[in-house]
Amino acid sequence: MAHVTIDRVSKDYQAGVRAVDSVSIDIADSEFIVLVGPSGCGKSTLLRMVAGLETITEGEIGIGGRVINHVDPADRDIAMVFQNYALYPHMTVRNNMAYGLKNRGMNRADIEKRVAEAAAILRLQDYLERRPRQLSGGQRQRVAMGRAIVREPAAFLFDEPLSNLDAKLRVDMRGEIKQLQKRLGTTSIYVTHDQLEAMTMADRIVVLNGGRIEQIGTPLDVYRQPQSAFVASFIGSPAMNLITARGESGNLVIGDQTVVMDGAMTVPDGPVTLGVRAEDMKPADHGATAHLELAIDYVEELGAGRLVHGHVGDARLALSTPSGEPLSDLLPIVFDRQRLHLFDTATGRRL
Amino acid sequence: MHRTKFFDHVILLAGVFLMIAPVVVAFMTSTHAAAEIHRDGLMLTWGGHFDETYREVLTRQGGFTGKVTGARMVMNSFILGIGFAAGKIVLSMLAAYAIVYFRFRLGVVFFWMIFTTLLLPLEVRILPSYEVMTKLGLVNTYTGLIVPLLASATGTFFFRQFFKSVPDELLEAARIDGAGPFKFFIDILIPLSRTMIAAIFIIMFVYGWNQYLWPMLMTNDESFYTLVRGIKQILLVWIGSQIPDYNEAFAMAILAMLPPVLVVVIFQSWFIKGLTESDK
Repeated sequence: MAHVTIDRVSKDYQAGVRAVDSVSIDIADSEFIVLVGPSGCGKSTLLRMVAGLETITEGEIGIGGRVINHVDPADRDIAMVFQNYALYPHMTVRNNMAYGLKNRGMNRADIEKRVAEAAAILRLQDYLERRPRQLSGGQRQRVAMGRAIVREPAAFLFDEPLSNLDAKLRVDMRGEIKQLQKRLGTTSIYVTHDQLEAMTMADRIVVLNGGRIEQIGTPLDVYRQPQSAFVASFIGSPAMNLITARGESGNLVIGDQTVVMDGAMTVPDGPVTLGVRAEDMKPADHGATAHLELAIDYVEELGAGRLVHGHVGDARLALSTPSGEPLSDLLPIVFDRQRLHLFDTATGRRL
Repeated sequence: MHRTKFFDHVILLAGVFLMIAPVVVAFMTSTHAAAEIHRDGLMLTWGGHFDETYREVLTRQGGFTGKVTGARMVMNSFILGIGFAAGKIVLSMLAAYAIVYFRFRLGVVFFWMIFTTLLLPLEVRILPSYEVMTKLGLVNTYTGLIVPLLASATGTFFFRQFFKSVPDELLEAARIDGAGPFKFFIDILIPLSRTMIAAIFIIMFVYGWNQYLWPMLMTNDESFYTLVRGIKQILLVWIGSQIPDYNEAFAMAILAMLPPVLVVVIFQSWFIKGLTESDK
């Protein structure tokens, strides 16, 4: 167990192609950090630099206070779980787990003990003599976890470990990994492109885009206070509505309609990007003044509620409402004005 | 699924007949006496001289020096076939390992150099190879018979393709598990290549077993004769009114055919696996 420091780390694949750009993250002991972002954002590259599978172009990475820039992957005291599990196909489950320990010259009795423990934790006791080919996807995933656990490393590195599983199993394994990490208290770095995995598993989320950090924060922070339009659109489902608006004497103008702010938040004059989550709007009660009239395009029925898609001028909006009576074509809506997000149109930063 | 019909069987049977018939004829003929064969030609019936002929072939001291027996030739053929196959597999695996897993200068150039030697069959370089072996004093040795033919572009190419299909994550997992280049090769790559090794072993064993030209050049000591050369030798004794020992020639041909057939039959399921399916 150890803290991991990533200090202004960059990665160039060739001159001029920068995959990771001056990223700094301080990861506390026992923390579960999730790196999330679209493909090509540099999250896997960053993880692989921590693992020692990629060289570090600039900056320093430390594990437990020791700089490991030039340390061999085997000596970094980390264990990694790969997307396709990377189990040795010709070895039994037992040998898959024991291989790393054998190479480190651990004696047989200790290896036996650790494998037995890991197998018990992961409910793999009955499969120890099988080969990976004879296991289901979820079981293979657990063997890959087991291979990491037996090492008792300072940190676990997960590289999209659930993306090869079907949706149901993914939800189960998500919970299992989370529980296991809590129980073992091992510092973990987890890479995923799935914002839901990030939200549900992380102690802190690191949102990456184009090799740079967009935001670091707890799941709720990132959800409630997105620091950029990118984070706002990436985290949360359905994605946050981002529409172009204009500030005019403290009020917001959307299309040809004006949302009166009454000083609920300060709106600068000029063009802004307005972010509003689907659950932060609702149909106006009868008699109440509506902020906006939404022309409804279509409705998605979700069972627990429904998602109403519509537009105001050119701006498209989706809001979630409880299921109920059919809607007319024009829906008066009110915003939760405290929960609106304003972003700079040019830079995408939060205002 | 396609249901096998009468006509399909007919086609298959015709194929089997076409393939097996010459072998059967050779075997049957080998059980007759030489004089009978000389008089009546090829036989399709059992001649009853099986025991004598085969014992004779395997144990009689023959040749000009009267020292070499059939058993000796069988052994020589085995040494050549197995030495060939094993040597080629070891060499080409190591070469492919270097090409695929290590980044060194001109790696690609070296690969293409090896690859283009596919265009140069043994016959093209047989004289220079012979020259080198003579200068090294390796004529009439097993080393001289085997070593010059060990470099195998085919093997290297097959193993290269196979290694390339092994997922990178396996290498990375092994690195994190503390396996260096040597351990990775021994513990992971070789076990994964089993079927591939079997496939190449078959091809190379048969190739080595059937070598004719190179052993003929490299050895004039009869104790190095292989079966394939032995057959030729029997038919060369046309002196005066003596009839060549046709029966023995046929017997020897049958003997020469057996081991490759056995190897192929025993390993064939691995062979097909090695060339088609990747077990990863």
